[in-house]
Amino acid sequence: MMIEVENLSVRYGTAYAARDVSFSVARGESFGIVGESGSGKSTVLRALAGLNRDWTGTIRVGGETVTPARDRAFFRRVQMVFQDPYGSLHPRQTIDRALSEPLLVHGIKDIETRIAAALTEVALPPSTRFRYPHQLSGGQRQRVAIARALMAGPEVLLLDEPTSALDVSVQAEVLNLLSDLQEKRGLTYILVSHNLAVVSHLCARIGVMQGGEMVEQLTAEDLRAGRTKHPHTEALRRLSVELEETDAQHGKAA
Amino acid sequence: MEVVVQNLRIAFPSPSGPLEAVRGVSFTLGQEKLAIVGESGSGKSLTARAIMRLLPRAAMLSADALRFDGIDVLNADENAMRRIRGGRAGLVMQDPKYSLNPVMTAGAQIAEAWRAHRGGTRRQAREAAVDLLAQVQIRDPGAVADRYPHQLSGGMGQRVMIAMMLAPDPELLIADEPTSALDATVQAEILRLIEDLVQRRGMGLILISHDLPLVSHFCDRVLVMYAGRVVEECRAGELARAQHPYTRGLLECLPILSEKRRRLAVLRRDPSWAAA
Repeated sequence: MMIEVENLSVRYGTAYAARDVSFSVARGESFGIVGESGSGKSTVLRALAGLNRDWTGTIRVGGETVTPARDRAFFRRVQMVFQDPYGSLHPRQTIDRALSEPLLVHGIKDIETRIAAALTEVALPPSTRFRYPHQLSGGQRQRVAIARALMAGPEVLLLDEPTSALDVSVQAEVLNLLSDLQEKRGLTYILVSHNLAVVSHLCARIGVMQGGEMVEQLTAEDLRAGRTKHPHTEALRRLSVELEETDAQHGKAA
Repeated sequence: MEVVVQNLRIAFPSPSGPLEAVRGVSFTLGQEKLAIVGESGSGKSLTARAIMRLLPRAAMLSADALRFDGIDVLNADENAMRRIRGGRAGLVMQDPKYSLNPVMTAGAQIAEAWRAHRGGTRRQAREAAVDLLAQVQIRDPGAVADRYPHQLSGGMGQRVMIAMMLAPDPELLIADEPTSALDATVQAEILRLIEDLVQRRGMGLILISHDLPLVSHFCDRVLVMYAGRVVEECRAGELARAQHPYTRGLLECLPILSEKRRRLAVLRRDPSWAAA
């Protein structure tokens, strides 16, 4: 198992943001976490990423138990991509600087060729290299954020709503890119989103969260087919299916 | 109430001359629910806001006709516009966090909107505010009226915004991505609420969104905008049979839950879509 989470709990005061969450993800697999705002899905991801150190339970990455404080080796293996690429790229640093930083941190040589290769890998033209974030479109910025996360050759990508700030046509391009990268590099993904269609597109297995607890884990196949066990999963599924139909449903409503 | 828009153009100055963001949009709107759909930068918000003449200062607005219930919006003075804005036409924006006054209670803000357009005493306004909160299906309207925006959830905040817009009894409601910042379940509730209110009060609705399948559930007619033009117009129920390659592309690039799409279709933008 690439990632094992056992009884992960995060508490703010007396309220649990996440409670006894357990799941595991095999190497090269994609695991999705869905839920509404406040369900605890991002809390779990942030604890995994080391962005929040106040958690209890066990987290293992590649069989090794990780501590609340992470070392450099951890960030070489695990990287994160956020929802808003504009907020996660330094506005006054060029793309070149953003991409070279992880290489400098980890003492990786060949900066020149690696940056050129990284831009090609995420299908950005070489001319973007010396641009600033505000000179790129939202989709291009998210590609830069993905390239940056991949610079040091991680095994795991933690994706927090990576496409919810993008137009649907750009979302399709970024989702296709994520599939290609996973196939090519054998990456392990944990994807957090409120969009069931996006999660089941990219992930074979899905955990559903509600009120800080992971109330159900099921395969994307079962979710599509409506083989759900928990009422909350079924409620989320029904809503998603209803809203994506364009024709038949409307006829009934009208 | 009828809105007439003919050959609407909105341009912005740029170093290389005026840049047209809206290029010749025409439509009329009666007591119906119209959706304007398109991607970022397609001109959908500018088009709707032009009706209230709520545009950035630098915007250059022109049209063969731009009328709100017979009022010539292009040449009306500020006083006449103020009676339309927030009075006869309400605007609900994306994020209630930024649209509500953080240091006023929800009830006080709704009461203020009510009094500004209708007069009356403070007590009457307060009663009207609580009544409006009940109309947007808030369970304990009296208590919510005393809360400040930071004490409200996203969905509740949006309900308060809608209640405030309803206070002057508008004939037209413009909702600009009213649910993009909300969860899917709350999103559906808010849209159903808007649909219901529009129907009961006999208002016109312009719903601006980037989500085609979603709006098709709540509107009668859909305008699809691309690069400042309307490229397709269809009945909401016939969206699945849309003809334009851009509309088709938007529908096909969506991942959907009910069916596995191995690889998502990518939109190939044809320069001819942007041309005449």
